[in-house]
Amino acid sequence: MSDLLFTNARLIDPEAGTDALGALLVRGGRIVAQGQEVGLSEEDVTVVDCGGKCLAPGIVDLGVKVCEPGERHKESYRSAGLAAAAGGVTTIVTRPDTNPTIDSPETLEFVTRRAQADAPVNVVPMAALTKARAGREMTEIGFLMDAGAVAFTDCDHVVADTKVLSRALSYARALGALVIGHPQEPGLSDGAAATSGKFASLRGLPSVTPMAERMGLDRDIALLEMTGARYHADQITTARALPALERAKANGLDITAGVGIHHLTLNEFDVADYRTFFKLKPPLRAEDDRQAVIEAVRSGLIDVICSMHTPQDEESKRLPFEEAASGAVGLETLLPAAMRLYHAGDLDLPTLFRAMSLNPAKRLGLSCGRLSEGAPADLVLFDPDAPFVLDRFTLRSKSKNTPFDGGRMQGRVLATYVGGAPVYRRD
Amino acid sequence: MTFAHRHLLGIEPLQPQEITTILDLAETYVALNRQSDKHADVLAGLTQINMFFENSTRTQASFELAGKRLGADVMNMAMQASSIKKGETLIDTAMTLNAMHPDLLVVRHPHSGAVDLLAQKVNCAVLNAGDGRHEHPTQALLDALTIRRAKGRLHRLNIAICGDIAHSRVARSNILLLGKMENRIRLIGPPTLMPSGIAEFGVEVFDDMRAGLKDVDVVMMLRLQKERMDGGFIPSEREYYHRYGLDAEKLALAKPDAIVMHPGPMNRGVEIDGTLADDINRSVIQDQVEMGVAVRMAAMELLARNLATGAAV
Repeated sequence: MSDLLFTNARLIDPEAGTDALGALLVRGGRIVAQGQEVGLSEEDVTVVDCGGKCLAPGIVDLGVKVCEPGERHKESYRSAGLAAAAGGVTTIVTRPDTNPTIDSPETLEFVTRRAQADAPVNVVPMAALTKARAGREMTEIGFLMDAGAVAFTDCDHVVADTKVLSRALSYARALGALVIGHPQEPGLSDGAAATSGKFASLRGLPSVTPMAERMGLDRDIALLEMTGARYHADQITTARALPALERAKANGLDITAGVGIHHLTLNEFDVADYRTFFKLKPPLRAEDDRQAVIEAVRSGLIDVICSMHTPQDEESKRLPFEEAASGAVGLETLLPAAMRLYHAGDLDLPTLFRAMSLNPAKRLGLSCGRLSEGAPADLVLFDPDAPFVLDRFTLRSKSKNTPFDGGRMQGRVLATYVGGAPVYRRD
Repeated sequence: MTFAHRHLLGIEPLQPQEITTILDLAETYVALNRQSDKHADVLAGLTQINMFFENSTRTQASFELAGKRLGADVMNMAMQASSIKKGETLIDTAMTLNAMHPDLLVVRHPHSGAVDLLAQKVNCAVLNAGDGRHEHPTQALLDALTIRRAKGRLHRLNIAICGDIAHSRVARSNILLLGKMENRIRLIGPPTLMPSGIAEFGVEVFDDMRAGLKDVDVVMMLRLQKERMDGGFIPSEREYYHRYGLDAEKLALAKPDAIVMHPGPMNRGVEIDGTLADDINRSVIQDQVEMGVAVRMAAMELLARNLATGAAV
């Protein structure tokens, strides 16, 4: 592996909170120095002139669905890995909501093998919290951790039985395992395709009150108080859930929260005339909620921004809205979409990369996600200003279900490095 | 006369003058339908297919009769019993029918937005005969014609819509249409049967029926679906009838010449008193059925014209 010297780079350092010109030196796949004085006297290095473009720690995308095993036609480790590389995502943290569910060490070993063979980026797997995500019996959390699971989640299946969840959380606490919940009151959200309000009523869509998210979060927080478990809420998308999250953090509970990029950049009206690529779970929210959640990312109350990459084939989306599958692909569009928040003046680049790279890495105990000395050289070089119109058929994912199809984007990945090795370069 | 649409998918995209255009044309068909020779040939040579993915007797019959009186070749397809059961998707079904070159497709579907989806995939004109809880435009148009004939105008009226608003496409289309024509709309029903965000609809909401009916010109009752009883939306039929059923005593609070409407089929003794429904001095329920055929003839003629001239937008 050749050593690299990135010069003339706009270094986005989420740890220091800085955005400044400088150089960054990589030796042996690790960052060894960064700053304005770096590299002036280095020899035996390949110099990469960044031309004043941004160099940031590669994105750690928490909650990516790769459809192996079960639905490889929707997304494989190969296609997801290529999409990730092209999107500046250097670590994908995979979800267990496959078919069958990743709920045993054997299945986990299978996907780990597949990932290592096929994906050009780092893949770290999560496993289910309960068997078959059915919410009845906890999985072999200990064995699964030994096999490499970094967190435990039933994804969008809420463990409705509070006793089951409290036991799983207690058990997970003893092992130091991170549990990822989907805060939602399932009795209210069952069957919903939109957020309740005038828009859902005009379209005649079954809807869920935004209060269902707060109720789910309140319950999970109460269980954390009981059990002391490590917990991450996968997506907080409503203003009403934020005070509860703030109190829980202030009370010292081991809790963090994330939000998907689509909920930060789109609102319920984007569904327009039943556009199913905008059908997400939880559904898109009102503009007030979107603004509140952006503010929560800025303040650090919400820790993580992720893509919630969920591939769906054409058949499962070309249906009446209520029947259509939920979810959108996002590995390749996460960074350009995040640049919308930057260009709108909502969030600066160090804040964005704190939420996309640093915080998820820290929460999962990974050493990547930062530009500091000793960290792996997982890097993304991007031009935050480059404009383009997104054509979904250019995406590397096998599934093309992006809500940004035809959208005007600004911000393009120029190159991606994993452990100092280039895995993507824009021609 | 203006009507620049390729499909009739809902009231939402229509302009007030387009609504008037349909109603004016429908008036001529009311006259035709009362003659012994009810034939016109404006749709001669055209093919109309009625695709009903949800059970319907009266709406399907009304569309069928409307097409036949205008000279179209009409085919009914009961989609519940057909290939949908074999796993064919809505779009495949639409493409299959499209290949048979129909000119007018009349569609009812249990899911909101399904008719919009289908309309994107076919070359002919599509009429929405009811999609989920979204819209039922011809019902709102026939209600409007009934009101206009009974009241002499379709503006500045106080109109109460009562019952299960939340699950009703009839209510949505009527709220949109009557609002566009500048009427005052009151919605009456228990809060469990009101849609969310209702405060932003530009209507007045009443959970007390007696207060809501005070001085209205038109009382529009909605059908209470049986499954709402099981769903925990209301405690019982008898309590619902007591609080929200229309009877002579509650109707006495409305204007003395207020008319009573119901889209049918009625649950006598649940949302409306049987005697009241049959009272020809107050109830215009039979007129609604008559206007239904005329309005559908008018809508299909206008769409067929646009189909021929390519004038549709």
